[in-house]
Amino acid sequence: MSLLDYFKTSRPSSAAQAKERLQILVAHERVSHNQPLYLPQLQKELLEVIQKYVQVDKDAISVSFEQDGNQETLELNIVMPDDSTKRF
Amino acid sequence: MARIIVVTSGKGGVGKTTTSAAIAMGLAKRGHKTAVIDFDVGLRNLDLIMGCERRVVYDFINVINGEAGLNQALIKDKNCNMLYILPASQTRDKDALSQEGVGKVLEELSREFKYIICDSPAGIEKGAHLAMYYADDAFVVTNPEVSSVRDSDRMLGILASKSKRAEENREPIKEYLLLARYSPERVKLGEMLSVNDVQEILSLHLLGVIPESKSVLNASNSGIPVILDEKSDAGQAYADIVARYLGENKPHRFIEDKKGFFGKLFGGK
Repeated sequence: MSLLDYFKTSRPSSAAQAKERLQILVAHERVSHNQPLYLPQLQKELLEVIQKYVQVDKDAISVSFEQDGNQETLELNIVMPDDSTKRF
Repeated sequence: MARIIVVTSGKGGVGKTTTSAAIAMGLAKRGHKTAVIDFDVGLRNLDLIMGCERRVVYDFINVINGEAGLNQALIKDKNCNMLYILPASQTRDKDALSQEGVGKVLEELSREFKYIICDSPAGIEKGAHLAMYYADDAFVVTNPEVSSVRDSDRMLGILASKSKRAEENREPIKEYLLLARYSPERVKLGEMLSVNDVQEILSLHLLGVIPESKSVLNASNSGIPVILDEKSDAGQAYADIVARYLGENKPHRFIEDKKGFFGKLFGGK
């Protein structure tokens, strides 16, 4: 630790901020670029079908796509409302 | 059989053409017959950087369309007789490039040249796609700056999935990082991403760091690839890069700040 470092430690440097922002962004973009192009449309249509039967809001459904070697997994997650039996 | 190198980045203005000109000249100066192709149809600039803008008669598109032979379009460099330049067309747009046409030209060049450097346009459109499609090696030129690093990462994804090698399930394109416009002083002050930061984010093999240098503008002003300015830091950085690419073991330079008196007094390490 040098004398100068002592005065410099008040907040993260802009380079450190850049690195952190890039690491988050790049990780996110790598995932989304590997996804099939039909994914957003699939998610939208599934939501429409589910909303016919159950009152869920649009954040309640998530579709994710993962690739592990030769195996591709499509994962569908729907969060049901507390009273899922209630029809409208 | 030639080795095809694409010089790419995604982002514009990071130093692709400067790098293409320097690397091509460096390889040719070492006795390897080299061709450098400008893929930036409609916005050609390699001819200016190489100082042959007044000798352009036919271009890449003319050759693809069969309006001129390769030997008519290739311009022999004035500084090195092992180096030839194939300029882009200035009047057509990038749709004039076809995958088949580019493939044919590269195949013909491969018979005569040892190295073919493809100077990619910025962006991820057709010109950029075709510049990297047939490549064996990719030189990813990146600046230590957020938008450039992000675009380089995007480009790496495209190199891995949309090249001929990827389509044919062959060994993937070899990717190298060239970090340009680097300022060790600013890195030290915490104002610029360090070479380690960029490598960590992109996970790329570092071929070399090119320091921010006045010599680059001076070289482009006079139309002489900066690698010929042997006294300049950028020129030496490119010479090192060529040597490393050819398998020589050269320690990295231009990464550390040359400390002045005050730096020695206050600097920790």
